[in-house]
Amino acid sequence: MSVKTDILIVGVGGQGTLLASRVLGKYALEKGYDVKLSEVHGMAQRGGSVMTYVRIGDKIASPLIDEGRADVILAFEKLEALRYLHYLKEGGQVIYSTQEIMPMPVVTGAAEYPQGIEEKLPGTGVDALTLALEAGNSKAANSVMLGALCKKMGLDREVFEQALLSGIPPKTVEMNKKAFELGYCAV
Amino acid sequence: MKKLLLGDFAVARGAWEAGVKVASAYPGTPSTEITEELARYGEVYSEWSPNEKVALEVGIGASIRGARAIVSMKHVGLNVACDPLFTASYTGVNGGLVIAVADDPSVFSSQNEQDTRLTAVSAQVPVLEPSDSMEAKEFAKYAFELSEKYDTPVILRVTTRVAHSQSLVELGEREERPLRPYERNIQKYVMMPANARVKHVVVEERMKKMSEDANEMPLNFIEEGSKKLGIICSGGVYEYVKEALPEASVLKLGMVYPLPYKLIEKFAASVERCIVAEELAPHIETLVKAHGIAVEGKNIFPRCGEFSANLLRECVLGEKQAVQPAQVPARPPVLCAGCPHRGVFYVLSKLKLNVLGDIGCYTLGAVPPLGSMDAVVCMGASIGMAIGFDKSDPEAHKHSVAVIGDSTFIHSGITGLIDAVYNRSNVTVIVLDNRTTGMTGHQDHPGTGKTIHKEETYELDLAQVSRAVGVKSVRTVDPSDLSALEKAVKEEVAKEEVSVIIAKRPCVLLTKRLYNGFTVNEKCKKCRACLKLGCPAIVNGKNGITIDVSLCTECGLCKSVCKFGAIDGEVK
Repeated sequence: MSVKTDILIVGVGGQGTLLASRVLGKYALEKGYDVKLSEVHGMAQRGGSVMTYVRIGDKIASPLIDEGRADVILAFEKLEALRYLHYLKEGGQVIYSTQEIMPMPVVTGAAEYPQGIEEKLPGTGVDALTLALEAGNSKAANSVMLGALCKKMGLDREVFEQALLSGIPPKTVEMNKKAFELGYCAV
Repeated sequence: MKKLLLGDFAVARGAWEAGVKVASAYPGTPSTEITEELARYGEVYSEWSPNEKVALEVGIGASIRGARAIVSMKHVGLNVACDPLFTASYTGVNGGLVIAVADDPSVFSSQNEQDTRLTAVSAQVPVLEPSDSMEAKEFAKYAFELSEKYDTPVILRVTTRVAHSQSLVELGEREERPLRPYERNIQKYVMMPANARVKHVVVEERMKKMSEDANEMPLNFIEEGSKKLGIICSGGVYEYVKEALPEASVLKLGMVYPLPYKLIEKFAASVERCIVAEELAPHIETLVKAHGIAVEGKNIFPRCGEFSANLLRECVLGEKQAVQPAQVPARPPVLCAGCPHRGVFYVLSKLKLNVLGDIGCYTLGAVPPLGSMDAVVCMGASIGMAIGFDKSDPEAHKHSVAVIGDSTFIHSGITGLIDAVYNRSNVTVIVLDNRTTGMTGHQDHPGTGKTIHKEETYELDLAQVSRAVGVKSVRTVDPSDLSALEKAVKEEVAKEEVSVIIAKRPCVLLTKRLYNGFTVNEKCKKCRACLKLGCPAIVNGKNGITIDVSLCTECGLCKSVCKFGAIDGEVK
């Protein structure tokens, strides 16, 4: 990891973006970096579009990542990756789940789910939902994505996996471990 | 030891280290986690109060008796607590009294974007404003010292980005504070006119003294940089300034009311261009200008929404970001799949009733396709507004209802219900009883029968409360039974009296169960009846109507509205 890394995590409220950012926070702390995370709670967590910021480096001021400045976008849903693509800096990468979750305007027929999203995303797509179901349950999709992120960013796998598994209920550890492994190997 | 802490947790930690004994609050984003965290510290008595007014009164009582107390709320919660606040400013304190208030610039989870600093000016109460978690902890401790030194409640103001950001904090130890001695002091604590007149003078002198002393307080400081540009800032904005304008001279204000005018004068005179960078109201700017110091401020910055480093680059340096966001469909928040409120709004939408709404997850009943909400203003307002409808239009009660959550009903709905009965109104009130305070993350309340520590306590029976205030027609229904619910609503709105329907079913998120999800079979006629539920798990895609198994919680509502038996799955 370079000295300063800005990771934007986006998805649909309830998908586990908060958990993902906290894993990265724990990882950074373990590695001796300064780190700031910014989260959104409350109304925005109810199935709306959510973004969480993770900034890691020697000394971090603002907890927010501005447009055009993210090194990595980790997206738990394809449309959300596209929505926040303008936050990515030139040469940055998007690691995205190919899962599609229909927003309410699409459900009601007021809008259409955009086609050809993946062609617009510079980076790697992961079929996180299928891999999560393979690991045991759709809820493990965020661990799949974290596995993919760990590999693509070249992070210390042992420390990262420990950061993930130490913060989840004991009975889901095996499932999340498998999900992480599947994500790690998928990219 | 260094720890990564949420701003709210850091406030709690600071209060704990300062020896706080009593913590009270009503949940409200983004302040809720302060009290949740304090409840985890054994040495602190913590409580969820029924509302912010009671929470502050508990804090005032603890302070008078000699304990350090912290009371936490969101910005609009402070409105509810204003009555005790304005007079606690007169009585002052015995043990330190800190009121942690969380503002919500950009309105992430609130009904407005008001600025607590302006309330503090009216109440003549000092305000500290930390910029990250480390300061949140330190300022919380310092706030108690100031409170006791200057005999005043102190507001610790955070914003969403400080409350809900995590950064590194150096932890300290708790310093136990024995109760301060208490003696009856009528002149100090009994605010009747003769005493209040005397105390008002004391308050004004206190604030003048604090303003003078603020010039020397370590939490207000200058960081010298370029003489060409000087920025006066506080709180989260300080971090954006450091990010976007690293060359600038900075006057960082840790106390944003009262202001250190000598320090500000000195700073303004030392730079060619002096700008106040503050989110929301021009609070610092107005006071500084009134003091005769020339600064820029809202002439270049917006009054609405939160700031960012990019916004500072744009407003101060004229650097405009070229990137354009992609044009994609919006994704507004929605009621969760399996939400027990969905059935209620489905029925209200079907019956085309006017709905006077309230504050909670169920405000999302306003979002299409349910779109069943006429007005939402503040906590508890639904019942009063329904009475207003009824008293203005004699036919209104036949086609309107008030909807209010269980926690909100206890917060400030009961007084509205008393008014409805007392003044012989005909309103129908639907209490959406999901057995928790949902939107803020599942806090207990008097109706759940559990304290903040999950200890058993008296469970307030909302049906009994309704009967006790004089409502004769009270019934409880399960909102997942759509036909029973529809029947109940039709019958109650037709009555010429006050009715209460308690739609009782626990929040789906309280059930920590893994689901397999329902499926759509070949009998589906694509009639779209299920889509009217506005359930995020039901997808109308290329392959017809399907159910997203990653979201479905097997609530069965879609099954009950489907006339063709096209949905497979068993409601457990």
